[in-house]
Amino acid sequence: MELILIIIGAVFVNNIVLSQFLGICPFIGVSGKVNTAIGMSGAVAFVMVIATVVTYLVQILLDKLGIPFMQTVSYILVIAALVQLVEIILKKVSPALYQALGIFLPLITTNCAILGVAILTYQKELDLVSGVVFAFANAVGFGLALVTFSGIREQLDLANVPKGMKGVPVAFIIAGILAMAFMGFANIV
Amino acid sequence: MNQWRNFIKGFIKENPVFVLFLGMCPTLGTTSSAINGIGMGLATTFVLVLSNVFISLTARFIPDKVRIPSYIVIIASFVTVVDLIMKAYTNTPGPNGEPSLYDNLGLFIPLIVVNCIVLGRAEAFASKNSVFSSFIDGFGIGLGFTFALFILGSVREILGSGTFLYPALNFKFIKGDGMLAFVLAPGAFLALGYLIAIMNIVKKRFAK
Repeated sequence: MELILIIIGAVFVNNIVLSQFLGICPFIGVSGKVNTAIGMSGAVAFVMVIATVVTYLVQILLDKLGIPFMQTVSYILVIAALVQLVEIILKKVSPALYQALGIFLPLITTNCAILGVAILTYQKELDLVSGVVFAFANAVGFGLALVTFSGIREQLDLANVPKGMKGVPVAFIIAGILAMAFMGFANIV
Repeated sequence: MNQWRNFIKGFIKENPVFVLFLGMCPTLGTTSSAINGIGMGLATTFVLVLSNVFISLTARFIPDKVRIPSYIVIIASFVTVVDLIMKAYTNTPGPNGEPSLYDNLGLFIPLIVVNCIVLGRAEAFASKNSVFSSFIDGFGIGLGFTFALFILGSVREILGSGTFLYPALNFKFIKGDGMLAFVLAPGAFLALGYLIAIMNIVKKRFAK
């Protein structure tokens, strides 16, 4: 039951993009086409879950050594190394998956959603299982927002937008309206 | 004169938020009031200046292949410094029991480490230029970022809660509640979208 609450909370109520403002760069940057949006969401889901597991273990090590202030440094290093590792392994093991996700992987190191979810998992004091569920639910929330948004932006290419609003400004306005829609989920958990 | 131009470019011409669209997460996430925006901007400026200076000092000794991870470690160290300083000095709650600046910024302080502005300046400027001009560059871009966050924070605070620079200035423009949506998530997107559109129009007028 608690896990279901975590999932609904992370996907709808506290959506990582539209109410926590994490991962805005890919949200604005790669949301031009639905296909790339799906690829990006897949890559983020993959890395987010693995990163949360690994940083959970790193945190245990940091606590054992008594150096919790090294959290930021060690988390970002672990995530950067992990992304490289995933890229190398994926290239060898599953070229098909690499074809689909490959170009998005380097972008993920500086995606604040990954580091953000790892730190949030620590701050919420979740155990390993609920941490993994939390990470996956956040990735689903990210994918939901990204794919919805890219669908709207594809339609927008055909619309007649005022000159000064073309491109990024109108994308932000749409994101604002989407965020308003997601506010309807507030307080259900 | 050249250094002055180097300093001033971060405000309008190469403003990280309104022109380059970098560092969007803290821009949207921390500007629910003007004070929060300034706090976030100054914290980022601090990291930006120190990492720029340190990277331009050490760029000669860092092998080309491992430069990005090395930059990330340097930046992450300064972010830890800022985090500890802010935890010590900005952690007092407001007069009516509002959360402190440190609590308001929360997750976004450690996340300065993945702010594209900082790594971008390290890679594009500090690794190739002298220590002094890297210092000026970091300071200028940082203050430009602070300026953008201050504008966005002011707009959202005035429309959303009817105050300005609360709790430093304690007065209200409007009776009762403001447009609450502007303090919450949708207002961040809407306000930033309109501000960028206004900037676009202003830039076009100046270009003519």
